[in-house]
Amino acid sequence: MIATEHVIEITYLIATALFILSLKWLSSPATARHGVWAGEAGMLLAIVGTLMHHGLTYRWVAIGLVLGTIIGVPLGKVAMTAVPQRTALSHAFGALCVTLVGTAEFYLRAPDVPKFMMGVLSLEVILGALTFTGSLMAAGKLQEVLPQRPITYKGQNIVNLGMLAIAVGIAVMLVQHPEKMYLFPLMIIIPLLFGVMMIIPIGGADMPTVISLLNSYAGLSAAAMGFVLSSKLLIIAGALDGASGLILSVNMSKAMNRSFTNVLFGAFGQEQNAVAGEKETRPVRSASPEEAAGILAAASKVVIVPGYGMAVAQAQHKVRELYDALTKKGVDVKFGIHPVAGRMPGHMNVLLAEADIPYDKLLEMDDINGDFPQTDVALIIGANDVTNPAAREDKNSPIYGMPILDVDKARTVMVIKRSMAAGFAGIDNPLYYLDKTLMLFGDARNFVGLIVRELTGGHG
Amino acid sequence: MNLDLLTGLYVFMLAAFIGFEVIRRVSPLLHTPLMSLTNALDAIAVVGAIILAGEGKSTLATILGTIAIVAATSNIVGGFIITDRMLKMFKTSAPRKP
Repeated sequence: MIATEHVIEITYLIATALFILSLKWLSSPATARHGVWAGEAGMLLAIVGTLMHHGLTYRWVAIGLVLGTIIGVPLGKVAMTAVPQRTALSHAFGALCVTLVGTAEFYLRAPDVPKFMMGVLSLEVILGALTFTGSLMAAGKLQEVLPQRPITYKGQNIVNLGMLAIAVGIAVMLVQHPEKMYLFPLMIIIPLLFGVMMIIPIGGADMPTVISLLNSYAGLSAAAMGFVLSSKLLIIAGALDGASGLILSVNMSKAMNRSFTNVLFGAFGQEQNAVAGEKETRPVRSASPEEAAGILAAASKVVIVPGYGMAVAQAQHKVRELYDALTKKGVDVKFGIHPVAGRMPGHMNVLLAEADIPYDKLLEMDDINGDFPQTDVALIIGANDVTNPAAREDKNSPIYGMPILDVDKARTVMVIKRSMAAGFAGIDNPLYYLDKTLMLFGDARNFVGLIVRELTGGHG
Repeated sequence: MNLDLLTGLYVFMLAAFIGFEVIRRVSPLLHTPLMSLTNALDAIAVVGAIILAGEGKSTLATILGTIAIVAATSNIVGGFIITDRMLKMFKTSAPRKP
């Protein structure tokens, strides 16, 4: 018996090492796939080890594993544009698992729950429950089954923080009097509601931050579950996930110029109120696909700045053709990626990689910004606010201080845009009125296609 | 196999430091696969669910445990599949880079 127990512990130990290696190998695209294999091996080992536990009956375990696999496979095969909502959904599943296990553990142990145990158990189910509904809401917004517009009302933050405070208060009471078992369901229901309320005021533009934050919560709840179950493996996996989510949240909030406390309380979205008012009718210069193609062909250095609008228009593959056509003509083409260009951290890189654009041409904001003064053409496709020079110059602008791609420093700026409508934040973009800016009005996919035809056709 | 509070906190703290150091090095290029991978790894919570459903100490525990296994397993399977699909797409323009 003791031997088996040791074997189980050793499988967990090896699994832990494999998990850390898995994340380490993810540091470079060259070794990243090894990371997935290490993760899979660790997971398999840990599950096999667990199944060796003495006195388990396998009936329900097997049913659960099979059903989970049946649900998991299609979730692994969604389109790349749907990855953000898939990720949000998997945060919800992870949190659901943690909450259910926590609930079961409470009813198995109650009413004699030691204080420390009750404390971590409370942390586990509160974080788990709010992450569950919060992630479902986020997934719904991303999938556009729920309205993307932020819904705000007066005193929202007070209501939300009040709910959280009540949940914590109940937890404190349960720690002192675990025999008051009727309080436990409340400690789940209130955070479930809080999760919904937390996401209601958040608009589409803030989704990258929200997903990262929910990721962090999911990790922390799993770590709390590790304390409840005395599982070092789980504490470590939860800590790794929590750390990862936290790093990404901080990255995203920096990229959006939001303070970190703002993010921690989930109280973002207020800046959405910026009114689209004062419709200026300053003149802009526009150009045809032929003219655009001519300028691009004559350039020696081009930086393409894609935004989510490009993905919405399904223009990635046309952009790749443009990349090919220009590269063939000897033009140096790079991509400048803003951290919040997609719907989740790194999303734009995945969308471009899917279109077979080599990853060494995808440059992060800080790496490309120095290049713009030597760039002949900056071509902006479906991005707006992340190129808005007002963020750098206009102290009154709602996005003042947000780091942007300095496209206005390029010799020529071209913007593919449907119309002059304002972007996510509803802010006018002075970039469009510069003398060096050419507006290319039309659907991104069509327009890029026309430029490509011009470039390849003209060459024979 | 019992774990006292302090040991648990040490484990948590060390793992958090390792997590920060390792994950800070992940290129922003791969932040989406990073999130789907950590999500899959986080589903190691399935271990707790398996014991719950397998021991069957109460009907409630079995039911909740089984649902928890379904949720976690779908994360493991889906998470690894999509991470690998994404990583497969990342190619360089140079045939081999040092």
